[in-house]
Amino acid sequence: MPTILDVQNLRKAYADGFEALKGVNLQIEEGEILALLGPNGAGKTTLISTVCGITTATSGSVTVAGHDIFKDFRAARTLIGLVPQEINLEPFERVRSTVKFSRGLFGKAADPALIEKILRQLSLWDKRDNQIRELSGGMKRRVLIAKALAHEPRVLFLDEPTAGVDVELRRDMWEIVAELKRDGVTIILTTHYIEEAEAIADRIGIIAAGEILLVEDKEKLMKRMGKKELEVQLTTKIDEIPASLKSDALRLNHNGTALIYTYDTRSERTGITKLLSEVAAAGLVLSDVVTRQSSLEDIFVDLVHEGDAA
Amino acid sequence: MNWTAIKSIYVFEMARFFRTMAQSFISPVLSTSLYFVVFGAAIGSRIDQVEGVSYGAFIVPGLIMLSVITQSISNASFGIYFPKFIGTIFELLSAPVNFLEIVMGYVGAAATKALFIGVIILFTAFLFVDFEIQHPLAMVGFLVLTCISFALMGFIIGIWAGNFEQLQLVPLLIVTPLVFLGGSFYSISMLQPVWQVISHFNPVVYLISGFRWSFFGTADVPIGISLLAIAGFTGLCLAVIWWIFRTGWRIRE
Ligand SMILES: Nc1ncnc2c1ncn2[C@@H]1O[C@H](COP(=O)(O)OP(=O)(O)O)[C@@H](O)[C@H]1O
Ligand SMILES: [Mg+2]
Repeated sequence: MPTILDVQNLRKAYADGFEALKGVNLQIEEGEILALLGPNGAGKTTLISTVCGITTATSGSVTVAGHDIFKDFRAARTLIGLVPQEINLEPFERVRSTVKFSRGLFGKAADPALIEKILRQLSLWDKRDNQIRELSGGMKRRVLIAKALAHEPRVLFLDEPTAGVDVELRRDMWEIVAELKRDGVTIILTTHYIEEAEAIADRIGIIAAGEILLVEDKEKLMKRMGKKELEVQLTTKIDEIPASLKSDALRLNHNGTALIYTYDTRSERTGITKLLSEVAAAGLVLSDVVTRQSSLEDIFVDLVHEGDAA
Repeated sequence: MNWTAIKSIYVFEMARFFRTMAQSFISPVLSTSLYFVVFGAAIGSRIDQVEGVSYGAFIVPGLIMLSVITQSISNASFGIYFPKFIGTIFELLSAPVNFLEIVMGYVGAAATKALFIGVIILFTAFLFVDFEIQHPLAMVGFLVLTCISFALMGFIIGIWAGNFEQLQLVPLLIVTPLVFLGGSFYSISMLQPVWQVISHFNPVVYLISGFRWSFFGTADVPIGISLLAIAGFTGLCLAVIWWIFRTGWRIRE
């Protein structure tokens, strides 16, 4: 897949001297969904704002399909759609006219059929003649998406599209994102919900304190983190694992009161049933069983703390 | 040039105007009528003629200018301040448009609205007093140029303003006095010599003088200088706006 967005060594210092981006490098492939995961204040919005031309970069370069966002801003911006984090809409405007306006602003000829398609896709068609102030929060966010899609962008930025929305709307949003991907739109979405990144992304990037800590294929990342531990607590202390049970996946805890079995939750056979029957066959008596999952969250927390320490 | 974008901004802004058309017109028409009643009828009956025209007719160009200048500034400053205030400016900043296109859209719309109101006031004036326009083409030219140049100034104020008070401040503290002291209601030649000299530092004097010349053929200052003054003022506003977009002052962090 060709690279559609190329961010090289991007730095951004705000007027007060605060460096919100500390040399960000990021390559996005055409057609993928990248979830940029990071705590509040990590620099997600700053990164998006800089790429979209809302704030100016201090240094570094950004190209969109080969077009530099400064020198060739028209070509670059025409390809980009932005759904901002804040719901910025004029309360007295009507849904369809504000979406129509967005298309015109990006220099595209009016296309009522396309606007209708977008509004229908986002379940806004019934509300097309309503004023923005008459819509619910979730609807307003959809209007923002419709505005961003009105000029048929090839790259869509969604800045925390599901922050503060209810579960149902979050599912809807994921559905919309999946549909856009099917239409060939490249999507970069920021979030601080790990489940969200897990649910919809192809790749996951982790950003903290203005630095990208990692960008990795979601499947690989999940595999790395999809490990689960089963702790089999014993009524009596043992000195070593009975020979019949010995395997790479099994170890004894430090004081010999529990067996710890590591397995992959995503494999077809976890081997738990077998293990438990073998444990019984070996004459050991269980007092309790506990499972623990190393999650994206753990890795995330580890990475962010490494970042803090540095 | 992204003409589609310019047109979109223009149409969008004009739509806002037409939605509130009644309000947009009633207030200037009412205040102008009041001026005619107070100045034209009450005071005018005690003043014979100014430069060969009845006082009621004499104040017509000044009254139109007063409204047009105020409207140009307030329309344009509000037009660009509002998206800044509610945050929709992000869309303008992220769109493939340059500063000239944004200005043409917003200033074009603000100037058009002011022009509409100027024309309405002109027709209102015909209801109160009799007069003829000697140089109609020049009159239209002056009116259009005034609308554009003060809309440009309003645009700058809108970008500069950090809150609604500041948005009102410049028009209130600078523009209104300049317009009132710019010869809207009197001829500069009626003033004492000292004040005549001081008046020549007031840019609005040149505008009103030129505009009045297009009505009655008489002027406080030569018409060429009036034209030069308004061209210079327009150029200055454009330069400031160019610099604003160049540096992102008060719009891009
Ligand atoms: N206009 C600004 N001036 C100064 N600092 C800012 C400004 N905007 C954001 N920041 C700071 O930059 C950092 C990154 O902010 P932001 O990009 O909004 O983070 P995120 O979107 O990941 O929550 C934060 O520490 C924030 O306080
Ligand atoms: Mg943010």
